[in-house]
Amino acid sequence: MNQPAVSSTFEPWTDPQETPLISFKSVTKKFGTFTAINDVTLDIYRQEFFALLGPSGCGKTTLMRMLGGFETPTEGVITIDGKDMANIPPNKRAVNMMFQSYALFPHLTVRENVAFGLKRDNMPKAQIEERVEEMLNLVQLQNFSQRKPHQISGGQRQRVALARSLAKAPKLLLLDEPLGALDKKLRQDTQFELMDIQEKTGTTFVIVTHDQEEAMTVASRIAVMDHGELIQVETPGRIYESPNSVYVADFIGDVNLIEGNTKPRGDGKTELFWAEGQAPLVAECPHAPDVEARCTFAIRPEKVNISKERPDTQINVVQGKIHDIAYLGNISTYKVELPNGTMVKAQTANNRRLARRDLTWDDDVWLSWTETAGIVLDQ
Amino acid sequence: MNFRRFFLISVPYVWLLILFLIPFGIVLKISLSDTALAIPPYTPTLDLAGGWTSIKEFFSQLDFENFAFLTTDDLYWKSYLSSLKIAFLATFLCLLVGFPIAYGMANAPDEWRPTLMMLVILPFWTSFLIRVYAWMGILSQEGLLNQFLIWLGVIGEPLTILNTNVAVYIGIVYTYCPFMILPIYSTLEKLDGSLLEAGEDLGCSRTTAFWLITVPLSKSGIIAGCFLVFIPALGEFVIPTLLGGSGTLMIGKVLFEEFFSNRDWPVASAVAIVLLLILIIPIVLYQRNEQKMMEAEQ
Repeated sequence: MNQPAVSSTFEPWTDPQETPLISFKSVTKKFGTFTAINDVTLDIYRQEFFALLGPSGCGKTTLMRMLGGFETPTEGVITIDGKDMANIPPNKRAVNMMFQSYALFPHLTVRENVAFGLKRDNMPKAQIEERVEEMLNLVQLQNFSQRKPHQISGGQRQRVALARSLAKAPKLLLLDEPLGALDKKLRQDTQFELMDIQEKTGTTFVIVTHDQEEAMTVASRIAVMDHGELIQVETPGRIYESPNSVYVADFIGDVNLIEGNTKPRGDGKTELFWAEGQAPLVAECPHAPDVEARCTFAIRPEKVNISKERPDTQINVVQGKIHDIAYLGNISTYKVELPNGTMVKAQTANNRRLARRDLTWDDDVWLSWTETAGIVLDQ
Repeated sequence: MNFRRFFLISVPYVWLLILFLIPFGIVLKISLSDTALAIPPYTPTLDLAGGWTSIKEFFSQLDFENFAFLTTDDLYWKSYLSSLKIAFLATFLCLLVGFPIAYGMANAPDEWRPTLMMLVILPFWTSFLIRVYAWMGILSQEGLLNQFLIWLGVIGEPLTILNTNVAVYIGIVYTYCPFMILPIYSTLEKLDGSLLEAGEDLGCSRTTAFWLITVPLSKSGIIAGCFLVFIPALGEFVIPTLLGGSGTLMIGKVLFEEFFSNRDWPVASAVAIVLLLILIIPIVLYQRNEQKMMEAEQ
């Protein structure tokens, strides 16, 4: 047998030999006349931490609930581990879900909640005990096993829900906005904990979230959704660096958008004429057609250099005036007004003390960036 | 300021004193008296004009004779027992009928719920007595039910339902079902649907999810409903009188006969006091359940 070469990076989606764990084939879901999911085709692989990201109402929860068996697709096929899931009810699937509200049984103790699924499988008592103990250790709740859900904190409840959904060792764990009810600090800690647990158990996780930071932190791949369609499915890095549309660029992180007319140079790069009497901007355009068109140039604020002196390069240099400064402690964002009124944000790390900062309001400054820093997107 | 507070707090106490404690005291006093051919038909009566001696004499004439009498005639304990049996069974039947209705209401589409709620409450807008009389029209030999069943061909001869215990059960279940439905509905309505989904997700079938999640979580509503039916059903008088037969023994009926047919107020009062003592147990349990419910909601 040919063993695939062990690579240091986990990227099963690039390997054509790999069979996906979950596969959506042209799945459409309609509620009456409303189309919640429109012709989605998607493969998710074993041990992935896959994030469905999008604004509320984009269909991400519906997509997940179809995996859990709580909704059935109107058209198309969903397979898990090669098996068609069409007529398989939730209780017959090797899939468990962690609910947004946690859905802990209020009349049962923490221990009984975790044991609930195991008891349904008629597992021997001693084995249940052992497994429950193991799960409670995993989420560090050994000392709370006899409490009822209303006697523990929100963060603890979240961990009970996680332990309960992992107890049956599912092939696939679905997490519906699992950290939505936690405060920011706890949420960040829990994100790392989730990644730890995912790695330890080797379970495939599919997480639904509207929080792009959360998706970026935990996920191996992110699917950005809008109006029931997948807009882009990529690794966090590529989603951020190389969004395929203005929607994705705008949804993930902060971005400057400049509209203009493109004129391809023929070497994979294009010139973008964005204002009268200004030199064109030069950038790559992997997703836009290689013809003259009305396009949008997108660049992240941290990729824009800001300086008082004109930089040496001739390409992608524009002059402007500082309109506003946002000081965020570790970084500062400068809002610079270009001659034609466009606002461009430039971000710099504050590696110097505040008092030694040489830029201030209404200063004339130069903004510059490299040819590969930004990206031209189709509109 | 203090007076204002005192006044506000005292209102319910004064209310209870005048409308509950004093009448109760009077009934208790009558139960300790003897029958007399007089108006009112018992003796002694308190004569405050006679001063201290007459008050002392008044108290010396009170005794527990009537309570002792209740134990000598087996009619009484049989009536109590039969009332308990009928109340228990009727409560159970109410639960059997009421739970599915409450469940259906709680799972109905939102826009239907107010209408369904209205339909449950609507009968209360008509007099209770008239509704029980209407059942006489339905259950009698030539009544609607018999006519309907004969028309269907299910039976050849009309059934005797009116003036039997069956009619009493029908009457009690019909009258008290809303008291069962409403508390159960209010707990089921609050039930988070994702709990049932979680149950299914963890391997329950719909049926097991119902028994393991829905039923335990509506327990407080079921208990409240059962007491709300059981307590008034135990002392029920109108339904057994109008729908029951001569064989229907219920303590409410005995009470009525002692008061109005026999004009034996002291014995009737003793019967009422014992009934109250029996009822205190379920009432205390009911209160405790209510308290638990309140605590659980906090």
